[in-house]
Amino acid sequence: MPAKAAFYDVDGTLVKTNVVHVYAYYAMNRGSLLGTLGRTLSTAASVPLFAAMDAVNRKAFNEFFYRYYAGLSEDRLISIAEDMFEDVLKPALYEQTRDLIDQARRVGCRIVLVTGALDFSMRPLARYLGADDMIANKMQFVGGKATGKVIPPIIEGANKANAIRSYCVREGLALDQCHGYSDSASDYAMLSVVGRPTAVNPDMRLRSIARAYNWPILDLK
Amino acid sequence: MRPLKTLQKLYDEESQVVITEKGSPPRALFSGENFLLENLPVGTRVIFPRPPLAGVPNVKAAIRWAINHPEGMEPLHALLRPGMRLTCVIDDISVPLPPMATPDVRQSILEVVLELCADSGVDDIHLIIANALHRRMTEGEMRRMVGQKIYDAYYPERYYNHDAEDPDGMVELERTPCGSHVVAVNRRVAESDLVVYVNVNFVPMNGGHKSMGTGVANYASLRAHHNPKTIRESKSYMEPGHSELYRRNERIGKAIDKHLKVFHIETSLNNRMFGPGVDFLHKKEEDYTEGDRLKFHAMRYALSKMPRAAARKVLNSIPAPYDVTGVFAGATEPTHAKTLEKSWQQYVVPVQGQSDIVIFPIPFISPYSVNSILNPLLVQVMGLGYFFNLNRGVPLVKKGGVLILTHPAFDEFDPVQHPSYIEFFNRVLPETRDAVQIEQKYEREFAENPSYVHLYRKGNAYHGVHPLYMWYWGENGRQHVGKVIVAGAENNHVPALLGWDRTDTLTEAIEEARGFMGRSASISLLRIAPTVMVDVK
Repeated sequence: MPAKAAFYDVDGTLVKTNVVHVYAYYAMNRGSLLGTLGRTLSTAASVPLFAAMDAVNRKAFNEFFYRYYAGLSEDRLISIAEDMFEDVLKPALYEQTRDLIDQARRVGCRIVLVTGALDFSMRPLARYLGADDMIANKMQFVGGKATGKVIPPIIEGANKANAIRSYCVREGLALDQCHGYSDSASDYAMLSVVGRPTAVNPDMRLRSIARAYNWPILDLK
Repeated sequence: MRPLKTLQKLYDEESQVVITEKGSPPRALFSGENFLLENLPVGTRVIFPRPPLAGVPNVKAAIRWAINHPEGMEPLHALLRPGMRLTCVIDDISVPLPPMATPDVRQSILEVVLELCADSGVDDIHLIIANALHRRMTEGEMRRMVGQKIYDAYYPERYYNHDAEDPDGMVELERTPCGSHVVAVNRRVAESDLVVYVNVNFVPMNGGHKSMGTGVANYASLRAHHNPKTIRESKSYMEPGHSELYRRNERIGKAIDKHLKVFHIETSLNNRMFGPGVDFLHKKEEDYTEGDRLKFHAMRYALSKMPRAAARKVLNSIPAPYDVTGVFAGATEPTHAKTLEKSWQQYVVPVQGQSDIVIFPIPFISPYSVNSILNPLLVQVMGLGYFFNLNRGVPLVKKGGVLILTHPAFDEFDPVQHPSYIEFFNRVLPETRDAVQIEQKYEREFAENPSYVHLYRKGNAYHGVHPLYMWYWGENGRQHVGKVIVAGAENNHVPALLGWDRTDTLTEAIEEARGFMGRSASISLLRIAPTVMVDVK
């Protein structure tokens, strides 16, 4: 049987959060107490704006949003990632996420997370779920400080599909035997490129696409 | 329809076989969610179901008598002791069809058994639905099956569906040295001191060793008999002597009986499928009163004007007022022998010789579409799987003959209950219809697809491998017949993908079948439902 993998989008698919929550967590955990208060207020004000932007254009949103990381040290980001996993991501995991991943592993799938979030912020989650690999955005660091720029190509939309295709070629996996899981119509390309796509808690657009193409629809709880 | 007085002379009222003559009335035939009214060619043999047998006068008394006088085992009360671990395994909603009016006989059995357990100090009791790779029953269905009182006391911790994919939920009892054949059952069942199997026997294929060997097994176990080779070697599923399927189940069942103590309670039902209002469907058309004819026409008209989903809803909401004709209990084989006897008494109609052309009307329901849609694969399984096998080893249709099915063959699937069917139908069938090839190339992929496993375990979906089993199920029919025509198919592609011909009407289908078999070809119609089986001499 050819080697195969299961590719999972993370936000909204495996966990109830989305990338905006992660941003909020980081934004609120930098600097002094007074600064934190100020930033909490400004973050609270900007989160709905970001959420709206995310819905309209994921790529533009990512580019804009990651600029907020500029100046933070790599060590700091990594240690916040650990806290964020415990405080934000772990409680937001769907109860059935683990079962779904375990089942894929049992049938010999390599587990790969594919996310538009930054790699360091998702690493604790990948470790917790026992993922074999992760395709995520990478922040550029100069002298140990984040520049606020993401090393291209930004993992989102069609680029997720490209990244998955390249990953399969590199690792010798049969793309048509691979599974893909996502909740959002913005990942249509990613789901189309694998042989076994599945919509998980899909948004309205993805639900109608899944129905049209007869993809299975899972409702994780 | 013609006036009654001109019809009376044309047939013998006692006989279940009527030969169509010039004055014979048109036949009322199921065709999915609707009915056809068809004049058949003179000389067509119409085989009617037997009238329903009389039920036992007091069901609970019959249950008590059976468990106190079991076959080949001590009475149930003698097997109970305080503190023991007991599991009741219950047949799922796939039988009877349509679901029976409440109280379901399973509820009656459980009420007697649980009361006896309470009197004997047995309180570690679980109720497990033997759904094998069928879909999980919904809460509403589970409540209806056992009644509110038992449901409230046991659901959800101690009344639940079997989960064949729970990695910790199965125990392997035996395995052949090469590992190809596995006997595995539900862990709770395996670790119980006593298992009480609560059965509803709808056709002779159910019950006996199949109950445990299939009901609480997993995919690895089921592969031993749910495969094209076994199906091809079975002349009929309904007659143990001609069923390789039965023999393989028997081997597994004997292994289970060696390891576990199983007390079977089997029940046979009569074929009273239609209650007041639609009970004319039990009659020969010759016996219809004017009132029956009016009711039939009104029902047919109303169903034809309704959207299909609404018609389905209406038909699914009519429960069947079956009567319990027998309750038998004890060890697997002697108990089942008694059930089989009763089952044949109800269903079997002796007929002389096979026919070149056989017509099967396909109704709106199957064991795998309760409260759902009879999708194209299920139409196939009804025609070539179940109806073709309603015999005792000799099929009604001659080898190389023609089967005519009446059904719209719509391209509709239920994504909640049958998600993997959709992929099978659209991806696998266009490539091949060869069951052996399908088994080798696709079975593991469908069985192991994590999405389908998830939908089976957490949703109400049939297991990923189930559509392949449905295809195998039609295999001995497919190997036997020369042609299948679906009369009244509303599209071309569904019959084409299934490898069938289509016609608009039954008359055209008969013409085409005669073109294939010759003008003098003999024709039989199995006027089903209610259930009827043939014993071809």
